[in-house]
Amino acid sequence: MTWVSAIVHGILLGGFYALLATGLALMFGVMRIINLAHGSLALIGAYMAFLFVEHAHISPYLALAPILPVALVAGYALQRTMLERSLRAGQLVPLLTTFGLLIVIANLLQYFFSPDVHSLDEGRIGAAAWNVSSALAIPWFDVLTLGIAVFLLGGLQLVLQHTQLGRELRATAEDPDTAELVGVNARAVYARATAIAVATAALAGVFYGMRTSFDPNAGAAELLYAFEAVVIGGIGSLWGTLWGGIVLGVAQLVGAQINTEYFALSGHVVFLAVLVVRVAIQGGRLTLVPRRAT
Amino acid sequence: MSVASVAARDARIQRWTPLSVAFTGGLAGIVAVLAFAPVVLGENSQNNLIQLYFLIIMAMMWNALAGYGGLVSVGQQGFIGIGAYAAVFLSVQHSLNPYLSMLLATFVGAALAIPVAAVVLWFKHGAFAIATWVVAEAFAIVVSLDPNPAIGGGTGTSALLPFNLRYTPTQRLHYTYWAALGAVAVLLLLLFVLLRSRLGGSLQAIRDDEEAAASVGVRVLLGKGILFVVAGAGSAAAGTIILAWQLSILPLGPDSIFGIDWTAKMIFMVLVGGLGTFEGPIIGAVALYVLQTYGPNGGVWYFVLLGGIAIGFALFLPRGIWGTIQERFNVQLLPVGYRLRNVTTGRGTA
Repeated sequence: MTWVSAIVHGILLGGFYALLATGLALMFGVMRIINLAHGSLALIGAYMAFLFVEHAHISPYLALAPILPVALVAGYALQRTMLERSLRAGQLVPLLTTFGLLIVIANLLQYFFSPDVHSLDEGRIGAAAWNVSSALAIPWFDVLTLGIAVFLLGGLQLVLQHTQLGRELRATAEDPDTAELVGVNARAVYARATAIAVATAALAGVFYGMRTSFDPNAGAAELLYAFEAVVIGGIGSLWGTLWGGIVLGVAQLVGAQINTEYFALSGHVVFLAVLVVRVAIQGGRLTLVPRRAT
Repeated sequence: MSVASVAARDARIQRWTPLSVAFTGGLAGIVAVLAFAPVVLGENSQNNLIQLYFLIIMAMMWNALAGYGGLVSVGQQGFIGIGAYAAVFLSVQHSLNPYLSMLLATFVGAALAIPVAAVVLWFKHGAFAIATWVVAEAFAIVVSLDPNPAIGGGTGTSALLPFNLRYTPTQRLHYTYWAALGAVAVLLLLLFVLLRSRLGGSLQAIRDDEEAAASVGVRVLLGKGILFVVAGAGSAAAGTIILAWQLSILPLGPDSIFGIDWTAKMIFMVLVGGLGTFEGPIIGAVALYVLQTYGPNGGVWYFVLLGGIAIGFALFLPRGIWGTIQERFNVQLLPVGYRLRNVTTGRGTA
C-alpha cells in the first residue's frame, strides 16, 4: 500500500511540476529559448506573497490578486528590456543572460530576505486530507495544485487554438519573419508570451511557498525539475508537460520510497533514461531545437 | 577576371604574423619566468597565483565548449567535483602520492566525459545546458550518498592527511603552484594545437552552422565529442588544484565543489574576456580575480555584480574585451586562425 501511496502522491507532485513548467514550455514553444531564470522568477512570486502575508495580513491566495498583474507587467518588461536584445544576438546569448539573471536574483533574495527558510500558510485546506485508507491519505491542497495545473494548461490550449492572440503566437512560433509579413507584430507577441509565462511562474511560486519552505537558492533546483518535466513530456506540447511532470513526480517519490535520499537522484536518472531511449528510438536524429525556416 | 582569382593573386594565407610570433614566444617565456615564482615570491602571492591559474583553466575549458563548439554547459562543476573527489579517493583510500592522484584524476574526468558526451551531445542550446546541469547534480548526489569514509558522504572530505604525510606546508604550496602552472601550460598548448589542426576549422564550421558543416563532410559529433572530453579533463584538473589549494571540500550546498557558482564564474570570465577568442579567457580570469580581490567583500553583492556584469557584456559587448580589441585593431597574439594578407597593400585581415 505504501507503493500505491507513493505513486498517488507522485501524480499529485507531478501536478505541481506541470504548474511550474507551463511558462517554461510556453516560452520555449514560442521563442525557442530556455529561460534559466524561470525558477527564480517563481521564487520572487513566493517572496512577494510572503511580504503580503507579513505586512497586509492577507492569505497567500488573496495575495495572488496583486501579484499576478505585477508579474504580467514584469514579464512584459523583461522581454522588452533584456530578452529581446538577447534573442537578436543568437541562440547562446539568451541562455547566458537568463543564467546571469538567476545568479543575480538568488543573491538579491538572499540579501533582502536572509538565507533562512521562509514558508507560506496554505490555510485550512493545508491540513485537510481525504483518508482513502489507513495507508493512503490524499491531501486536498495537492489536489488543488493539480487541478490548477490542469485548468491552466487547458486554458492556454484553448487560448492557443481559438483566440487571435493564440493564432499570432502559433504563427510567430512557426516562423517569425513570415508572421511579420502577414501583419503580426512578432516583438509584441513575444512580449505577451513572456508576460503570461512570468505570471504562471509567479502563480507556481506562491503554490510552491505553500507546499514547502523555501530559501533563496530553491529556484535553481525547482527549475531543473520543471525543465525535466518539459523534456520528458516532449518539448512543445502543453499536455505533454503534464504527463512529464507526473512521470517525474512518480519517479521521485517511488525512488524516495526505496530510500529517502534517492528522491532527486531517481528523477534525474529517469530523465536521462528517457533521453537515451528517445535517442535510440529516433536513431540519433533527436533535435530538440528544430531549425527555423528562413 | 573573376573575383576569386584576383584574391588568389593578391592575397596570401598567413598564419603567423611578426606580432604573434613575438607574443607566442613571449608567452612561453612568461611561463618559464613564472615557474621561478616560488623562489622569489612570498606565500600570499603564490596562493593568489594558484587561484588565478585554476580560474584560467576553468575559463579556457568553458570557452572551448561555448566559444568553439557552441555548447553552453551549465554542468562543468560536475567535472570539477569529480576531479577533486577522484584525487581524494586515490590519495586517501589508495595512499597514492597526492600529485600523482591529481594527474590520474584528470584522466578520470576525461574518461567520464565520454559516456556523458554520448548522452548530452544529442541536445542543442538550452536543452544541452540543462542536460549537463542534470548530470552534474546527479554526480553531486551520488558522491554525497557514498558511505565510504574517504569520500565522507554529505559532510565532505579533506585531503590534508595525504599531503601532510609526504610534504611540509611550504613544499605543498610550491608543488601545488608548479602543478597549477604546469596544468595551465599543458592545457593551453593542447587547445592551441587542437585549434590549429583540422579540428579547429571543423569546429568553427560547426559553431557557425551545424547542418551546413555536416553537409560538407564535417564530423559534427566527433568534433564536439573531442571538445567535451578535453573540457571534462581540464575541468577535473581545475578541481584537483582547488582541492590541493583549499584541502577540504563539500559535495552539496552553495560553497561546494559541485556548486553552480563555478559555472557562474566561468560564464563571467569568458563573456568579459571574449567568447570564442583564444586570449579572452585569460583576460577574463584576471578580471574575475580583480573582482574577487578588490570587489565587494560580502558574498551576496559579489555574485550580484558577477551576474550583472556578465549580463551587461552579453547584451552590450558580446565580443568581450579581447574580441573588441581584436576587431578594432585586427591583431591576433596567438595564431590559431588564418589571416588573408594582401600582397600589394601589405594589409592583413583576420
